[in-house]
Amino acid sequence: MSALAALFVREVRLAVRVGGGGGIGALFFLIVVVLTPFAIGPDLALLARIGPAILWLGALLASLLTLDRLLTADLEDGSLDLILMSDTPLELAVAAKAFAHWITTGLPLVVITPLLGLLLNLDAGASAAVALTLFAGTPALTFIGAIGAALSVTLRRGGLLLAVLVLPLTVPVLIFGVAASNAAIVGPVPFGTPFTILCALTLASLVVGTFAAAAALRQGME
Amino acid sequence: MAQVQLEGSGLTCVRGGREVFSGLNFAVGGGEALLVTGRNGAGKSSLLRMVAGLVRIAAGRMGLTGGDPERTIPEQAHYLGHQDALKPSLTVAENLEFWSRYLGGAGGAMPALAAVGLDSLAELPAAYLSAGQRRRLSVARLVAVRRPIWLLDEPTAALDRQAQERLSLLMREHLASGGLIVAATHGPVGLDNARELRLGAAA
Repeated sequence: MSALAALFVREVRLAVRVGGGGGIGALFFLIVVVLTPFAIGPDLALLARIGPAILWLGALLASLLTLDRLLTADLEDGSLDLILMSDTPLELAVAAKAFAHWITTGLPLVVITPLLGLLLNLDAGASAAVALTLFAGTPALTFIGAIGAALSVTLRRGGLLLAVLVLPLTVPVLIFGVAASNAAIVGPVPFGTPFTILCALTLASLVVGTFAAAAALRQGME
Repeated sequence: MAQVQLEGSGLTCVRGGREVFSGLNFAVGGGEALLVTGRNGAGKSSLLRMVAGLVRIAAGRMGLTGGDPERTIPEQAHYLGHQDALKPSLTVAENLEFWSRYLGGAGGAMPALAAVGLDSLAELPAAYLSAGQRRRLSVARLVAVRRPIWLLDEPTAALDRQAQERLSLLMREHLASGGLIVAATHGPVGLDNARELRLGAAA
C-alpha cells in the first residue's frame, strides 16, 4: 500500500509543480465558458437553458486536454519500465495515477463550476446541481481516458488519437451528466434517475478503465 | 541469503519481426558478473530487457534458483536502462525517495545518495543535474533497495572517471554480498573476475 501512496504523492507533486499542467485544464475550462456568452449573445434565458450543457462540454474537453501525458511522460523517461517490473499490480498503479490525475485536473473543474455558473446566468441551486453531477461524472472521464492514454502511449503525438478514441466512449457520461443537471434545474424527470445512472457509469469505468488500461499497457510495451 | 543462480537456455529474441538472436544460453550465479558484449544491434539491451520481463521471450526459458520463490525475476531485479526514470521537477531526494518506496525499500534516501556522492545536491530539482549526475542518481536507486539481480545497460555511460570507480566499488560490494550482475557494455567496467558473453559472434 505504501508503494501506491508514494506513487500517488509523486503524481500530485508533479502536477502542481512548474510544467506539470495541473492548472491547464481549469484554465481551458474557464476560457470555454467565458467565451460562450460572447458567442451566444445577451439572451439570458437561452444561456440559463444551455448552461449545464456548456459546463459539461467544457469539463469534458478540459479533462481530455492533459490526459495524453498521463502515461507518455513515464514512458519517455523510463519510469514505466520500472512500474511494469514492480511487484505492485499494474492495475493498481494505473488506478493510483488516474486518481491523482483526477484530483489535480478533475476536482478543480468541480470547484470552479459554481463561479462559472454565474457567467451562464445559472442560479446558485442550478450551479450546485451541475457541480454535483461533475463531481460524480468527471472520474468516469479520467478513467475512460486512461484506456485511450494506455492505447496511444507508444505513439508520438498520440494526443489527437487519444481524443478520437476516447470521446465516443464518453458520450453516455455526457448525456446522463447533462440530463441529471437539467432534471435538477427544470425537471420534469426526477434528479435521482439520471444521477444514479451517472454514478453507475462512473463506478463501472473505475473498474473497466483500470483493467483495460493495464491490459493495453502490457500489450503496447512489447 | 541463499545462493542465487540466473539461467537462460535456448533464448530467442524477436524484435519487429526480425530475429535478433536465437539459442542463447547463459548462467550467472551469486557473486558473479556477466558482461554482455557485441556489436550495435546484437541484442545486448534486448537480452537485459528480456530478463527484466520487458521484452517477450520468443523461445527458450529463463529461470532463477535460490531467490525468493514468491517473486518473479523482474521483481527481484534492478534495471538500469538508457533512461534514468527521473522527474525534472522533483528534487534529487524526492526522486530517490519515491523509487525507494515504490520498489519496496525501507526509505531513507540519504545513505544511498551519499554512496553515489550526491548528498550535497539532495534539495536540488533533478532538472539541473548533468547527464552524469542523473546517471548517479539512477544508480542510487540500486543501492537504496536491496535486490539480488542488477541489470545494467551501459552503466558507465556519461560517468566521469571518479564516478566510474565509485560505481565499480558499488558493483563489487553487490557481488560480495551474493548478488549477481548482468551488464551490457562496450568498455571495461572495473570488475576483475567478470565473465563475458559475446552476442552475434557465433552467427
